[in-house]
Amino acid sequence: MSTRVLLPLPVVLPLLTAGLSIVLARYQRLQRLLSVLVLTSVVVIAGLLLHTADTSGPAVVQLGGWVAPIGISLVADRLSALLLLVSATVLLAVLLYAIGQGVADGRRSPLAVFHPCYLVLAAGISMAFLTGDLFNLFVAFEVMLVASYVLITLDGGAAQVRAGMTYVVVSLLASVLFVTAIGLVYAATGTVNMADAAERLQDVPDGVRLVLGLVLLVVFGIKAAVFPLFSWLPDSYPTAPSPVTAVFAGLLTKVGVYAILRTQTLLFPDSEVISQVLLVLAVLTMVVGILGALVQDDLKRLLSFTIVSHIGYMLLGLGLASKAGLAGAILYTVHHIVVQTTLFLVAGLVERRGGTSSLRLSGGLQHVAPLLAVLYLLPALSLAGIPPLSGFLAKLGLLQAGVADGGVLAMVAVAAAVATSLLTLYAVGRAWSEVFWGPVADVVADPDRSDSVDVGTARTPRLMVGAAALAVVGGLAITVVAGPLYGLSARAADDLVTPSRYVEAVLR
Amino acid sequence: MTDPQPVDSGAPPRLPGADELDAVRRSVVLETAVRLVFHTILVFSLYLLLAGHNQPGGGFVGGLVAGLAFVLRYIAGGRAALREAVPVDPGVPLGLGLVLAAGTGVTALLLGGQFLESGKVELDLPLLGIVKATSALPFDTGVYLVVVGLVLGVLRTLGAEAER
Repeated sequence: MSTRVLLPLPVVLPLLTAGLSIVLARYQRLQRLLSVLVLTSVVVIAGLLLHTADTSGPAVVQLGGWVAPIGISLVADRLSALLLLVSATVLLAVLLYAIGQGVADGRRSPLAVFHPCYLVLAAGISMAFLTGDLFNLFVAFEVMLVASYVLITLDGGAAQVRAGMTYVVVSLLASVLFVTAIGLVYAATGTVNMADAAERLQDVPDGVRLVLGLVLLVVFGIKAAVFPLFSWLPDSYPTAPSPVTAVFAGLLTKVGVYAILRTQTLLFPDSEVISQVLLVLAVLTMVVGILGALVQDDLKRLLSFTIVSHIGYMLLGLGLASKAGLAGAILYTVHHIVVQTTLFLVAGLVERRGGTSSLRLSGGLQHVAPLLAVLYLLPALSLAGIPPLSGFLAKLGLLQAGVADGGVLAMVAVAAAVATSLLTLYAVGRAWSEVFWGPVADVVADPDRSDSVDVGTARTPRLMVGAAALAVVGGLAITVVAGPLYGLSARAADDLVTPSRYVEAVLR
Repeated sequence: MTDPQPVDSGAPPRLPGADELDAVRRSVVLETAVRLVFHTILVFSLYLLLAGHNQPGGGFVGGLVAGLAFVLRYIAGGRAALREAVPVDPGVPLGLGLVLAAGTGVTALLLGGQFLESGKVELDLPLLGIVKATSALPFDTGVYLVVVGLVLGVLRTLGAEAER
């Protein structure tokens, strides 16, 4: 099939199915089947798009036949297609886990809203990766957010609503800033098509361009949970049901990172100031995030702080503004999406088995659930960067790029990255010893038997464990194919440092 | 759905379903007014939907106006009156609307055009003369249904809590 047909499908298929899914709310088996089918086909399509983008350059579609810069363009270059493929795969794995857990069935939720919302979320994520239009990117974020507002408060408990409020208020604020930023870009250039804006921004005075770059950085910095704009994340993520937290942790912040990567390399290339700012932010995000993780007692909160911390690595790669740095950042993003999602899925299993995600209250889980221990250990070590796992390879790429840069700030960032890596090992290791080692702790009884999540039970559906195991294997697969994957990341990074390719593909 | 009730001598004309409300919460003026304007508003919302192609209007505005008609009905007669007027789950218009809007885009793909590319047909119908229809119409109808479904959903869920 041609790209004309393929390119809009990752966005429109989930939306179409979401509609069907609401109408068919009563037939839950059919709902589940539809969701699995549509996400599987998105994975296949993303694979085809990646192949096209890698062999014959960025694939472009002008929606409605309106030529850019008038209409909206969808663009799949190597970076978008790669992230689309990874995120679609992760979405599918988490969906299987959720179906296993029965969150999907929502005992308390008569509308069966999980599936439609999940699919809308998937459509928003695909749109954010594929769009070549700044305003459409805003729409994608909104689509994603609207679905996530529902998902984060799925059980409607007091804690969830409180956490959800933080999330909604922060997201709305970011959206307001985003629209303002788009307005400023439009005022300065007269276009919201990213390729067109990239060309016209070259004629804009340096000061204005810098301001635009920084405003967009703040907007996406909130979404990506960059220091000092991250404090909403550890407060809101851990209260949601595990599959929801897993997909948010893995994907939503990375969409923010993708937006930073895309806008900074395409619209504001070679900005010395922004690069320096990014490096400083990278150092602070890494260090502050991991220090936060060290003092947590709750496994999910601990993992939430490691998300923040590891966003710093991606910023580091971008801040270096070199091909090697960007390649490292892309590889790191891919690795982190998979590993972080896996860890949250496993944290959900831990909570289900022991009845709590508190480190203090749990213990000795390796005796009762040895498989669970393995499922936790592999991604945790990968997150910390133990060779030969994917985290090590991705970090190595970044560190090499940092050392090659040789600047003072870059060296400081490299040192911070190494320290963060060690502290991550300490944080996940502490969780390991508290949860899996030691005497077997009593199972904590389910505090609320009426919500959609059962905890403190040995009945763990095979599908849940299977999905988590699938995610772990996915993480290991990244290690195995790290060579070709780094090659692909390097080619994607090469595209990013030569924005003219993207511009040419869209406008001509 | 909204046939006039057999009126007892002296009893106020009422909205179907409104008799489930407490007598103190009912208003003859409001119920009568709603019975008068309800259909007019719906027809106006359809006008807005159809006129939207090249005049002020469109699916979103049309849907909102139709939603207002349902809001009025809810205010006058409570949840039961709303259920009388729309005896379906709010998810049905919402979902169908989404399918219709997304389906319009996909149809363009299947016919060999770009996603969401619009097409038009001109028909010479008896009595009506030349009628022009564009593929923006089914898309807009989808939007209309989504908005209506949303308003109904809000009334039903938030309204259920408010009436408790």
